[in-house]
Amino acid sequence: MTLAFDIAKTHLLSRPKQTIVAMLGVTFGIGMFIAMVSLMTGLNDMTENLAMTSSPDIRIYHDVTLERSSIAEDVNPSGLNVVHHTKPKNETQKVRNAFKIADIIRRNPLVRGVSAQLTSQVFYNYGPVQLNGQISGVDILEEDRLFDLKAKMKDGNIEDLNVNQDGILMGVGLAKKLNTKKGDRVVITTPQGFTMTLKIVGIFQMGIGAVDNVKSYANIATVQNILQRDKSYLTDINIKLHDFHLAREMAPTLQQTFGYKAEDWETANATMLLGVIIRNILTYSVSITLLIVAGFGIYNILNMTIMNKMKDIAILKAMGFSGKDVKHIFMIQSLVIGFLGSVAGLGIGFILSWLIAQAPFDGGDILSIEHLPVNFKLKYYLIGIVFGVTTTAIAGYMPSRKASRLDPIEILRG
Amino acid sequence: MNHVLKTHKISKYFYDPEKFQVLKEIDLTVNKGEFLSLVGKSGCGKSTLMYILSTMDTSYEGELEIAGERLTDKSQNELAAFRNHHIGFVFQFHYLLPEFTALQNVMIPALKLGKYPHTEIEDRAYEKLAMLGVKDQALKPSNKLSGGQQQRVAIARALINDPDIIMGDEPTGNLDSHNTHIVFDIFKELTHTYKQTIIAVTHDESFAKNSDRIVEMSDGKIVNTQQNLKSK
Repeated sequence: MTLAFDIAKTHLLSRPKQTIVAMLGVTFGIGMFIAMVSLMTGLNDMTENLAMTSSPDIRIYHDVTLERSSIAEDVNPSGLNVVHHTKPKNETQKVRNAFKIADIIRRNPLVRGVSAQLTSQVFYNYGPVQLNGQISGVDILEEDRLFDLKAKMKDGNIEDLNVNQDGILMGVGLAKKLNTKKGDRVVITTPQGFTMTLKIVGIFQMGIGAVDNVKSYANIATVQNILQRDKSYLTDINIKLHDFHLAREMAPTLQQTFGYKAEDWETANATMLLGVIIRNILTYSVSITLLIVAGFGIYNILNMTIMNKMKDIAILKAMGFSGKDVKHIFMIQSLVIGFLGSVAGLGIGFILSWLIAQAPFDGGDILSIEHLPVNFKLKYYLIGIVFGVTTTAIAGYMPSRKASRLDPIEILRG
Repeated sequence: MNHVLKTHKISKYFYDPEKFQVLKEIDLTVNKGEFLSLVGKSGCGKSTLMYILSTMDTSYEGELEIAGERLTDKSQNELAAFRNHHIGFVFQFHYLLPEFTALQNVMIPALKLGKYPHTEIEDRAYEKLAMLGVKDQALKPSNKLSGGQQQRVAIARALINDPDIIMGDEPTGNLDSHNTHIVFDIFKELTHTYKQTIIAVTHDESFAKNSDRIVEMSDGKIVNTQQNLKSK
């Protein structure tokens, strides 16, 4: 085996140009794979993180649009009842015993935090400006445990909300549109027509436009007050888990246990996650194409080498090298090309990824990021090298097998 | 006298373009230390016989025995290992591996055999090169040597594993008369001094005349065997 390795080495070193060209094919393939996969998974992770920062892992609420059975079913249970165009019933969005449900869920060791709250559509008025938005009545410390609000405050402290009964924390985008600052007072109008003046005690930034441009936090009692509801009126229970991947499994159980709709984050952000799938398909299809091209390059070069080395192969066989020995010599060559090419590719891939990570990127109002997100995970580098070596092994196998089957007599007779 | 090679009724057919018998029941015995020339017109089957004797061609009828071992029906891998150990080749064109030095070319069959450690193989290779008078060329790349030197390196390579037989296919066919003479003398010395058995296919009459035995073939049969007493 060392002899086969020595011969392979001599073959490779005796035509450095060809060897380097073959290696470069693999290098570019793997380099591009690493760069693409790093950027794409970086984007994917960012998407997922954004989805996670803005939405709870599981949200329990009263879905008033849920299908309900018509009264005809109760009167005539055995008959065939057809009811066309049922009008929605005037149902309250209230989740009954929300605090109790929250307490029960909080006991589950998988759960990191539970926040019972109420949310409503409102109008924000400041001077002549009137904007449509959303207000959430929360226990702010509980909400902080879920979304790490403290780290996201641009101005003011979350504790100020607890001491100010008529205070609100406003999203940075919303505050900008209203042209308000901390300490200003805004008028809130509910769809039912009630109004109330609240004081801005803090500004927060989640980093995602869909939240920052519409949302404010206030105390539960304050929002209940604006909506003219009783002390037990709550509309949502938000849950964060220690491992958010479990949300999809847990949601149906919660829905069954408590009888309210439980929606996991994957369902809530289905469109956002579709992008993740598309990016993955794109990355792998482009990388595989590049590697197939590199593979054909290696196949070609090895085939040419074997054509040039027919006499050498014949004499090696005459001297007592078996077909397997000859195959080894050429397989070693393609594997060395594959391995060194892949390692160089990992280096190039790393440099490309690093350069991409330096590129400034303006997320605008929607995303608060300054550079393109790039992943530097060891996993992709391992996939890259396995990918590269496998491709070259396959590309090298066919010419090597041809060499091993070569009949020495035909060549030696001339 | 003890024989090194023996065939029993070896026949061979070519099937393309139509069935044709190239070799017709060849019986041949070669003794140890014998220098045998295989002569005949083109197409008489002498090269075909050579390649069967060399174990590289396995599609024949009859039996082949070298160094007391029956080789008919052995697998390709077994035969490759056998060639490595027991047979040395010298071809019309030297067929050295061009990327390697003369020394490396000589060493390769011994490294393949793996009987001796690397340093000892190197010593033995130098010894063989010295014997053939090309020791000073040992570290040159083989494609930088002259034709005669290359053929001598090829002979050294054939000798490295102390084979039972050296087989030559027109070993002097591509050399000028001066180098032919040198190669011939080497063969002679090998057979007489070192008791090396040599079988060579040749067109060169003077080469054949000076060998120990001439086997003449025609139409796939041995038609004449001539012992050269004066060569002794």
